[in-house]
Amino acid sequence: MFSNRMINILIPVLSVVLGLLSGAVIMLVFGYNPISGFAALWNGAFGDAYFFGETVRQVTPYILSGLAVAFALRSGLLNIGVEGQVFVGWLASVWVGISFDLPMVLHLPLAILAAAAAGAFWGFIPGLLKAKLGVHEVIVTIMMNYIALYSSNAIVRNFLSEEGDRTENIAETASLQSDWLAQMTFYSRIHYGFILALFMALVMWFVLNRTTRGFELRAVGFNQHASKYAGMSVGKNIILAMVISGAFAGLAGAMEGLGTFGFMSIKSGFTNIGFDGIAVALLGANTAVGVVFAAFLFGILKIGALNMPTEAGVPTELVEIIVALIIFFVASSYMIRWVILRFKKEGK
Amino acid sequence: MNYVIEMLNIRKEFPGIVANDNITLQVEKGEIHALLGENGAGKSTLMNVLFGLYQPERGEIKVRGEKANITDPNIANSLGIGMVHQHFMLVDTFTVTENIVLGSEPKRGATVDIRQAEQEVAELSERYGLNVNPKAKIRDISVGMQQRVEILKTLYRGADILIFDEPTAVLTPQEIKELIDIMNSLVKEGKSIILITHKLKEIMEVCDRCTVIRKGQGIGTVEVSKTNPTELASLMVGREVNFSTEKTPAQPKETFLSIKDLVVKDARGVEMVKGLNLEVKAGEIVGIAGVDGNGQSELIEAITGLRKSEAGSIHLHDKAITNLTPRKVSQSGVSHIPQDRHKFGLVLDFPIGENMVLQTYYQSPYSKKGVMNLKNIYKKAESLIKEYDVRTPDAYTKARALSGGNQQKAIIGREVDRSPDLIIAAQPTRGLDVGAIEFIHKKLIEERDKGRAVLLLSFELDEVMNLSDRIGVMFDGRIIADVKPEETNEQELGLLMAGNADKKAGDQ
Repeated sequence: MFSNRMINILIPVLSVVLGLLSGAVIMLVFGYNPISGFAALWNGAFGDAYFFGETVRQVTPYILSGLAVAFALRSGLLNIGVEGQVFVGWLASVWVGISFDLPMVLHLPLAILAAAAAGAFWGFIPGLLKAKLGVHEVIVTIMMNYIALYSSNAIVRNFLSEEGDRTENIAETASLQSDWLAQMTFYSRIHYGFILALFMALVMWFVLNRTTRGFELRAVGFNQHASKYAGMSVGKNIILAMVISGAFAGLAGAMEGLGTFGFMSIKSGFTNIGFDGIAVALLGANTAVGVVFAAFLFGILKIGALNMPTEAGVPTELVEIIVALIIFFVASSYMIRWVILRFKKEGK
Repeated sequence: MNYVIEMLNIRKEFPGIVANDNITLQVEKGEIHALLGENGAGKSTLMNVLFGLYQPERGEIKVRGEKANITDPNIANSLGIGMVHQHFMLVDTFTVTENIVLGSEPKRGATVDIRQAEQEVAELSERYGLNVNPKAKIRDISVGMQQRVEILKTLYRGADILIFDEPTAVLTPQEIKELIDIMNSLVKEGKSIILITHKLKEIMEVCDRCTVIRKGQGIGTVEVSKTNPTELASLMVGREVNFSTEKTPAQPKETFLSIKDLVVKDARGVEMVKGLNLEVKAGEIVGIAGVDGNGQSELIEAITGLRKSEAGSIHLHDKAITNLTPRKVSQSGVSHIPQDRHKFGLVLDFPIGENMVLQTYYQSPYSKKGVMNLKNIYKKAESLIKEYDVRTPDAYTKARALSGGNQQKAIIGREVDRSPDLIIAAQPTRGLDVGAIEFIHKKLIEERDKGRAVLLLSFELDEVMNLSDRIGVMFDGRIIADVKPEETNEQELGLLMAGNADKKAGDQ
């Protein structure tokens, strides 16, 4: 009745439904009307063209950071450093965006590539340490997140501005922003990066599933001994997985630098784009398609939540709880699997 | 008749297959009853039905003459049914006693009364001659001892019907002998034992009766004293089985593999291969006999490039392959059937089809300019699956889902199909049933007859004696004797394996 594939799709879907239901219960308990709460959430994400544009804008970096985490996980590595790789990507894209004077056909690709390269470099270091010295990538990437955060702040303050809190705006020729898209959505911050994000999802699927390189990466991810036996270089593939993952994360940073903001400012803390990427990858079962859907869901929740206090008087924090619950249900998929199998038995 | 367990006309279906069909198993009190069948015949399914993990579609179970409805393992436990699993379920860092009482700890107030538990364990251990130290940590004791802890676990919970799931697969010959003694003393104390196995020797040695199942069907129950291994084997496989592998005399030609003064260290930096010399010629099978741990694994890892050699040389034809990467070695014409098929031979989470091109995925026609050609890969996989009789629903099934024998057949298909000059087969039939063993032996001899060199490593003397044209006895990192199987016997080999090279020298 249920194939394995169906169960793999059912688990995230049921997790989302359960998460939303639990959110409704919590709203009831605290005396809010869940129907108007969710209506406000929906309106906040899709209510008019502006909200829709903002939702898409939020989804864009989520897709890329989700792909970054998923790509590493498929290669057997837990890249907690996506957050830091987003930072260095953002910084690199803005630096190229403000420092060069080039025609758009060169400037924009150069800025995007710089972001990918910076992220890749930030992934290369933990990859190298893991491959050569066996240092666990989680430890290194966590530390590198802090290095990225504070170095970016220092660079923005001392080199990319005159002791200010933000850089100047990037040149028009490096911008992903679009007057046309903006006008269509009542001047939301939606930008062309969305197309790049979707394209990169396709790239990830193709690389992992259709190339010999992806075959090696997945093999190393599942079983290093067998990979070595089969003549693959385990170390090389570990480094490469982190580099590619970092490049995806760097692109997520470029979305913010070249698309949403057009500058970089000093941050008091993390953006959470990278950390949310872990949740996106988890919910998307580490597949390219799954990540796109999961990123959409998270984008909708984040943007829709902004409308909840004004329209229904429900605090935005509630959405954080719902997101946490969804992740909880995905993580405890064993429970859901058990329920599905029970139904399966009774259905017979 | 006084049966402790009766499973009558059991039928268990899974989507698409009937795992058990009309199987009847009746165990008398105080007997050792063998449950015999090939890998995947449905032995484990039947035992899982008895243990309450599966519900049968048809048939009934009686325990001590009374109808029992075993819907979960706790019920099985309370009926006195205990299972000694093949893969131990022990906490490494806990002591023997802690593992045994885990889940039903004797309490004193809110704390575990470990002293009383230790005493009980010691008593049980003594009563059945298990000789287990209750205070030892699991990680410090041998595999054989760990198995005894599993036995104690069931006894501690009051089991008097014990199911042993292929208990000898992980044991050394000495440990097997001790286990047999333990089983005999258990029976003497009034316990009944069901022994799941496909090793005929063991059945002949310890069992009273034997129930055979084949492809999910109950074939029948025989008195062990009134049968012989040949009859059991043909009942199990459904046709005549050849025990001594038929082969024509070898016709060795030029030397393919030659190893000179090879020195290899293991992961701890200890020298395991100490100046070894070995030659394998085209058209012969050279068997390496020896007790595990005398450098055999390191030797093979050095030839295949998985481990660096410190000194000496390895030549294939006239080309040096010393310290080449595994890929270069395999490109030079070496195939390797690894000792541990789960760790090295397969990526268990890959489909069987992708496993079939694990070394060749980057070559034409499986890929072009770095892009995989899945159509060609699966076409190849399907033809190998057919040729090597790998039983799998399809080529897209994960390797993990296949039985051990079929996983091994897939590996052998993959390795032989590359048309190598040298095939290294390390324990190629470990844990397999007679049908699969026969098939694999036949394939290796076929390859020999095609003019390939075969280097066989096995800890089973029978296998080395049957298959090899020449036997090199390995002891303490060297080949200390080179004998012909027809000119030697198990006693002599045993002495040589223990390091008694003088005997051979004295002959000359």
